[in-house]
Amino acid sequence: MSVVPHSHREWQTRMECFAREKIQPFAARADKEGQIPSEIIDAITGEALWGAVIPKKYGGLGLDAMSYAILIEEVGRACGSTCLMLAAHCSLGCVPIIKFGSDAQRQKYLPRAAKGELIAFALTEPQAGSDAGATLTKATRQSDGQWLINGTKCWCTNATRAFAHVITARTDDAPGTSSITCYILEPDMKGFKTGKKENKLGLRGSDTAFLHFDDIVVKDEQRLGEVGQGFRNFMVTLDGGRISIGAMAVGLAQAALDSALPYAAHKEEEGKPMASRQSIQFALADMATQITASRLLVYNAAAMKDRGDPFGKYSAMAKLFASEAGRFCTVQALRIMSYDGLSLNEPVERYYRDVKLCEIGEGTSEVQRLVISRMILKELADSETAQ
Amino acid sequence: MDFRLTEDQQMMQAEARTFCEKRVLPYVEEWDKECAIPAEVLAELGELGYMSLLIPEEYDGLGLDTVTYVCVMEEFARASASLEIVISVHNSLVSQAIAQFASEDIKKRVLPILATGEKIGAYCLSEPGSGTDAGGLISTAVRDGDEYVCNGTKSWVTNGGIAGIFLVFFKTRPEEGSRGISCLLVEGGTAGMTLGKPEDKLGIKASDTRQVAFSDTRIPAANLVGEENRGFPIALAILDSGRIGVAAQAVGIAQASLDEALKYSQERHQFNRPICEFQAIQFKLADMSTRVEAARLLTYRAAYLKDQEGSRPSRAVATAKLFASEAANWCANEALQIHGGYGYIKEYPVERYFRDARITEIYEGTSEAQRMVIARDLLSKGSS
Repeated sequence: MSVVPHSHREWQTRMECFAREKIQPFAARADKEGQIPSEIIDAITGEALWGAVIPKKYGGLGLDAMSYAILIEEVGRACGSTCLMLAAHCSLGCVPIIKFGSDAQRQKYLPRAAKGELIAFALTEPQAGSDAGATLTKATRQSDGQWLINGTKCWCTNATRAFAHVITARTDDAPGTSSITCYILEPDMKGFKTGKKENKLGLRGSDTAFLHFDDIVVKDEQRLGEVGQGFRNFMVTLDGGRISIGAMAVGLAQAALDSALPYAAHKEEEGKPMASRQSIQFALADMATQITASRLLVYNAAAMKDRGDPFGKYSAMAKLFASEAGRFCTVQALRIMSYDGLSLNEPVERYYRDVKLCEIGEGTSEVQRLVISRMILKELADSETAQ
Repeated sequence: MDFRLTEDQQMMQAEARTFCEKRVLPYVEEWDKECAIPAEVLAELGELGYMSLLIPEEYDGLGLDTVTYVCVMEEFARASASLEIVISVHNSLVSQAIAQFASEDIKKRVLPILATGEKIGAYCLSEPGSGTDAGGLISTAVRDGDEYVCNGTKSWVTNGGIAGIFLVFFKTRPEEGSRGISCLLVEGGTAGMTLGKPEDKLGIKASDTRQVAFSDTRIPAANLVGEENRGFPIALAILDSGRIGVAAQAVGIAQASLDEALKYSQERHQFNRPICEFQAIQFKLADMSTRVEAARLLTYRAAYLKDQEGSRPSRAVATAKLFASEAANWCANEALQIHGGYGYIKEYPVERYFRDARITEIYEGTSEAQRMVIARDLLSKGSS
């Protein structure tokens, strides 16, 4: 009955067992202590999963998009905070260097990243959220060819732990998206400051902070990709990243069902199990339906990516649908479990807090809707022109 | 499933689309108004093989896999939901039940004439007093020598007025409940069988739906499909097949709704610009296309699982049917809303989609029945 393609069943089983045994037992602590316990970090290192998407020649596992989606889903099912930490490192931190980096940059950063040193991605600014093209961070070319970087980034995942940050900055005064360029910064560069960790609703184990760049001077070899290509490059990066946020939402939704189903089957009320009542049965059925649909959308986008087909519309659909389904499922689980679900001793309240980010990070649901509607309107216009 | 259609599947889909563009779309409003599909169209479908999609090749059918079948059915539904259900009942309920459960003698006698479309199939399970509780049917068949004497009334019989082959479920052991049900093949025109008048329906108006009544109707015992008193498992197994057909129908209606809404949103100007430039409209389009895609993937998956040896994917089928039918209604409603007043009149096809979508949440198991199937499976097999 599984949605997982035959080719990936073994991997799925392995990741499910791994996440359940090595990550899930420490998930509550991650949330409570506001950081990922070393047991989890060591377990991920033990499986070499920090290098999930990094090519083998740089010390990674070189997973295809389907395997990676499965990994993220299973980690999400075990611990949302760990999942975001891993997903941001892989899809947002490593991918731009893999795709757009020079060979020297790849050699310098990817082997370390594969061993578990984190790479962060800093795009958003206080005034540039959904409108990512409104970046104000400025990179000015100096007479010696170096760049002077000034600005502020916010909502940077893995901000305080990363050894490298992929950032965007404006390289000339022209407004719009064609004057944005990517750079790789390191936290020990002079003028690099990390703000304090944000106090968040969910994913409290993952660290999120502001970054301040105050007259940072970097050599041109820290520039990632061509000048002016930064916006295009991170759009491509986000297309892939959205598959993983979709997968994370599927994992959290599945976790909510994993908790609510046995609860409903065993908890007795007025002398019979809650699950004997249709209002409960139908909520369970709706959760399972939403989860299956979400998973299919996520795997479909991953399969398209692996085939080399254009998948941007489909990853936006997967992320939009799965994140909303994730919220729906966690709310239903809380409803079924009532006060027990709200208890801090039960994981369901955590799933509910954790999944909300999936509707916001890597493009809000509204941005996904913009992406999708633009694409389908363009497809129609193109087909009419072709006729 | 590997998330990709084969070249053959894409080809069959494209052929069905071409057929619909030429032979269905220009006439679909007329059929809806006349509440009938012309016999020559059905004959042409028979010649082209569309009445034999799932019939094994040895009985003159195309013997297609279920994924190809849903690709084709989606295209028919996109053009005419009425036509889709006529073909779907014939293929996925009647032909499938005979191919899977009938004796070799019945298969040889009946499948080839179903395959050409010479005879259309109808499936008689529901009764005035038994809908979702299908096992509660009360029509009876009493053995009398080499025959059964049948009495009772069947309702909501799709193709009732045009069918030549009826599969009918009777109680052969009334005291046994669902363990006393048998499936009989009844040929159209058998003495003692009367057709009610066509139901005047909200949607899928071009498909024929009516009651079929049996009054001391004598059916040869050789027409028993499967074993006596083992008819209910046939009904349940075949409903999986039928529900996949309805899921495909729902995807087709949802896709058609999106097609029309997209087109209209570019043509229609308000406040000096096309309404597709307003986010309120863009977001509806995005949500519609997301649900269409999810519904389609669920339907392909149900079909794919159905084709796996020894698999009985009732939960996957119920999930697809539930989601796709709700998506169809949701999309048809949004398409109508985008059209405003123009969506409310018959000059635009969304008025028909809105009416046609409604039945997909009712027949071959209501949405509530699908949720019962899914919940039961979850509670017995767990959440994974």
